[in-house]
Amino acid sequence: MNIARMLFSFVVFPGFIFSAVVGLLITWIDRKVTARIHWRVGPPWFQPYADFLKLLLKETIIPEGSSKTLFLLGPLLGLVAMSIFAVMLFSMNFYPTSTFVGDLIVIIYLLALPPIGIIIGGSASKNPLASVGVSREMTQYFAYELPFLISMAVIILKAGGRIRFGDIILVQQAQGPFLYSLSGVIAAIVFLLSTQAKLSFIPFDIPEAEQEIMAGPYIEYSGVALAMYKLTRAMMFFLLPLFLISLLWGGFANWWAILKFLLIVVLIILIKNTNPRLRIDQALKFFWTGIGILAFIGLVLAFYGL
Amino acid sequence: MANAKLWGLKKSPWVFHVAAASCNNCDIEILDILTPRWDVERFGIVLVGSPRHADALLVTGVLNRKSLPRVLRVFEQTPKPCLVIGVGTCTCHPHIFEPSYNVVGPYDKHIPVDVYIPGCPPKPEAIILGVVKALKRL
Repeated sequence: MNIARMLFSFVVFPGFIFSAVVGLLITWIDRKVTARIHWRVGPPWFQPYADFLKLLLKETIIPEGSSKTLFLLGPLLGLVAMSIFAVMLFSMNFYPTSTFVGDLIVIIYLLALPPIGIIIGGSASKNPLASVGVSREMTQYFAYELPFLISMAVIILKAGGRIRFGDIILVQQAQGPFLYSLSGVIAAIVFLLSTQAKLSFIPFDIPEAEQEIMAGPYIEYSGVALAMYKLTRAMMFFLLPLFLISLLWGGFANWWAILKFLLIVVLIILIKNTNPRLRIDQALKFFWTGIGILAFIGLVLAFYGL
Repeated sequence: MANAKLWGLKKSPWVFHVAAASCNNCDIEILDILTPRWDVERFGIVLVGSPRHADALLVTGVLNRKSLPRVLRVFEQTPKPCLVIGVGTCTCHPHIFEPSYNVVGPYDKHIPVDVYIPGCPPKPEAIILGVVKALKRL
């Protein structure tokens, strides 16, 4: 009974299938809003589903001389990590008492898995452009992870040193969201920009810069493997704004959360559409000096209870 | 299953642009159809950077001894099923370049072409019409 329920929550709701379907819908919102900003019409609502279906039924080519296991493991890693992340996120929001010690740290590690999957798959694909993309992905990961972790520390400090995810939500429900304070706003800005980089959206789409290195780490992927990468990205686009809401904006176990979610998604899309791409050294500088110092100021403010 | 495959392929043909030594006019017109004015993303058509992601190859220019092996290689790298769409009069027939020592003859001697779009260069509307015709043939 219990195992059946666990399997259901991992595979159907809120795990793999639910977050995949909603994530693909969010991808459509992204493409449609982008099209409207360009003064275009944009694709119909079923476009991401058609793309996904087509990729599933196409030939999957494994490049000659590459490691077959690692090449196919790459996309799987991120997908599995995102499914587990979805389950944890939803169960902590709807049953905050089901939390355990250090689940926030587990989530931070789960969020590190999609880039690691991209790095493994891209370096296994034996393509010079893919290896350039992989090296950029690695650098970018180290760039955005530092401010991201500092903003996590701000949240933990504001929650009175509680490191359990469910406790952070409970504290916010009792005392009001962390966002309504100076250090909370700073943490949200840092979190949002790291999210932008985690999703590899412009201005941080350096690893897969279309005009420079085609598709970066994805260049040799086709068919099912490419579909899995696209799906991982779509699920991240659905889950990371929800993560922001649950850590800083009081959890999403109410109907207001849909509006908050759409606001954050549209904000991410607007940042994406109004900025040029940075170079990798500029991105590193941006995250380690500008945003890093901002995050540190947030940490100091949170220490003094602001 | 076969219907689902066909639906997916028809609704989201990702195109890869193979410039096989054309004079670049057709290439410019291909870029035109991606601009907001013609907006082919309405039909799910997206320009991709890698032949591995492509469902349709847009080939331009007269095939010659240098470009033939490259075009063949790109065609082999593309996962099947894939369409080949010849853009421009040069893909239909070499015309004035026919007597040249370097020209290896029309495209369909070497790779299966699904639809030809004549014009020098074809209008963006003509290219969209050609892609639609190629998709109807499936």
